Amino acid sequence: MWFFSDEQKMLSDTVRQFAKDELAPKIEHLDHEEGFNRESFHKMGALGLLGITVKEEDGGAGLGAIEATIAMEEMGAVDASTTLSYLAHSILCVNQLGVNGSAEQKKKYLPDLISGKKLGGMGMSEPGAGSDMLSMSTKASKAGSDYILTGTKTWITNGPNGDTFYVYAKTGDTKKDVSTFIVERGMKGFSTGKKFSKMGMRASPTGELVFDQVKIPEANRVGSEGGSVKRMMENLDLERITISGISLGIARGAIDVATQYSKDRKQFGKAIGSFQMIQERLTEASAWYEACRHITYNTAKMIDLGLLVGKEASVLSAKAKLQSAQMATQVALDAIQILGGYGYTREFPVERMMRDAKLIEIGAGTNEVMRMIIARQMLGEIAAL
Amino acid sequence: MSSAVTTAMKDSDIQSELRALARKFAENELRPIVDADEESETFRPELIKKLGGLGLTGIPVPEAFEGAGLGYSEYCVVIEEIARVSCSYAISVAVTGLPQMILAASGTEEQKKKYIPSLARGDGIGSFALSEASSGSDAGSLRTTAKLNGDHYILNGTKLWITQADVAEVILLMARTGEAGSSGVSAFIIEKGMPGVRCSKREKKMGLSISHTMEVVLENVKVPLANRVGPEGQGFKAAMNALNGGRITIAATAVGVARGALEVAISHAKEREQFGKPIAEFQGVGFMLADMATKLDAADLLVRRAAALRDAGLPYATEASMAKLFATDAAMEITTDAVQILGGSGYTRDFPVERFMREAKVLQIVEGTNQVQRVIIARALTK
Repeated sequence: MWFFSDEQKMLSDTVRQFAKDELAPKIEHLDHEEGFNRESFHKMGALGLLGITVKEEDGGAGLGAIEATIAMEEMGAVDASTTLSYLAHSILCVNQLGVNGSAEQKKKYLPDLISGKKLGGMGMSEPGAGSDMLSMSTKASKAGSDYILTGTKTWITNGPNGDTFYVYAKTGDTKKDVSTFIVERGMKGFSTGKKFSKMGMRASPTGELVFDQVKIPEANRVGSEGGSVKRMMENLDLERITISGISLGIARGAIDVATQYSKDRKQFGKAIGSFQMIQERLTEASAWYEACRHITYNTAKMIDLGLLVGKEASVLSAKAKLQSAQMATQVALDAIQILGGYGYTREFPVERMMRDAKLIEIGAGTNEVMRMIIARQMLGEIAAL
Repeated sequence: MSSAVTTAMKDSDIQSELRALARKFAENELRPIVDADEESETFRPELIKKLGGLGLTGIPVPEAFEGAGLGYSEYCVVIEEIARVSCSYAISVAVTGLPQMILAASGTEEQKKKYIPSLARGDGIGSFALSEASSGSDAGSLRTTAKLNGDHYILNGTKLWITQADVAEVILLMARTGEAGSSGVSAFIIEKGMPGVRCSKREKKMGLSISHTMEVVLENVKVPLANRVGPEGQGFKAAMNALNGGRITIAATAVGVARGALEVAISHAKEREQFGKPIAEFQGVGFMLADMATKLDAADLLVRRAAALRDAGLPYATEASMAKLFATDAAMEITTDAVQILGGSGYTRDFPVERFMREAKVLQIVEGTNQVQRVIIARALTK
């Protein structure tokens, strides 16, 4: 983007090289085996990527939405799975602790998370509360100086292998009575339930968090009791803009492979790139990618500059994600089609890119939820449920 | 649980019987094993044998060769029902049909008697080998050679994307006997166990993993003259004719996959509640279902038209391409939307819709990519 600073361009080069060296060689195998590139997190820690948005005085890199999105795009172009786990760690858990945690909480939890020694995640969705997240039923009841946490969270990225979770739970009876707790692996009554076998993002473990009367000290509550809804929503905006970076990365990766293939592959005596039908798919892909890139980075820039706050930030982030997510799935589907039989095999990455891209139309708020957010702003009351 | 979605038109009595028979087989025999077998890439020839026992593997083959003597209109119903549960087994039946159809159309009486009955009964598996590494859509440029040498040919070359070549009793294979271009291509029957035929590699694919996709290497394979199908130089024409029919069966496969996905999506939309009501009551979901059902019926009707033309002995190639193009594109969209309606659940392997989506994609590529279908349709419109 024209407004990237030299530092941002350098970050982009550094992460691109990191992705090439550390992620690219392993992803095909990890995707198939449903493994996890845990080592890469130690290396991301060394590069300063894990606390990318955390203030420098708290041990982070002190950077913003733009840099986080750049990291997502560069890693996403090679390995969207590990990038998704990186997002759950750095944006959903670490960023939230950095923004909302007390001095003691930051001191206790951030160093290990930022170095990569521990892996973080966030717990919001439940079996009965997906798009309708405020209907969550996980409950934290006050018992003396502790809380007793009971319930089940599902679709939790890094759930099966994470160490530290930023968990939302109800501390009252209304939809708005949401509080936040830090839950650590090893706490009595806390288990990670079933691990999901998924279509894509297979090298990013997804699972359930099960809380059976887990005693949580009050010191692990983040922020005030019942004060988490606004914080949660703000984080969702950041999640949506940064996850759009993963969609951009997938699309760019798919366009690169399809373009090269269109130059190399000859049928009917000429390169298939000389056929207008192939040109149509490549050019539409490139134009849509470019449009999504502009809306995504512009939104990130405006958030970083403080030009976009509250509902405005939610709506533009939702627009960026709605378009980028759909774009990446379509571009990856078209890339498979351009590669034909080869594209359907695991010898080329485009089939994996398509499987990965589809998740972003569902995770971090479905396309339908994005439309709901945009419709409410455009239509007001009449679009409310 | 899933809600049954009715067909675009009422089946004839015989179609209705076949549909019920195929559905029962698919639900009882395929449904329980399909997920695990897709994961482990396990193909079970005994299931094809069972299908054969029900009379479902040689539907369009004359009764004289142990087929059912019915038409493509019936054949498609069976394939669709299998695909509704397992695309891989539908493809297996359709591909076993290709050599049967080529032999029935172009084979000698001896060839028909010798090879068709076993395939029509489901005892043997059939395969079809046309594509090569450098000749996919441009099939006429294939390089595998067949050199006449007394009473036999010597075949050399490598074939790619060959469905179930590893388990096939018969592979109908195209090789070059003459000049460059499609007029130099002849068709040969390659039998299991012929020295010099080797499956060198199994492709790792995005989906359709029960159905094995093989690379086949031919090294100085001695093929008797009696195994050439039709005159020299007529192989490409025979292959293209078979693919015209094959396109109808792929379109029927797409209808089956799409129907399976739509049924799951409807049930989920009715059962899943968010914001205090079933998600089907939201227009964003309800309209998606409406579009899916409309596309499915349109695809079903195009399949029925192409099959009816073929059964009536009328020209049907363009209509077969239209059915293949539309039905497979529709299946891609319908399965993708089904995943979207199921949300996180749809993305997991706990539900079949993500598998349907991975399977739909290959249907846009096989039996002539959808780009090739457009070339065929456009040429027919402007010739």
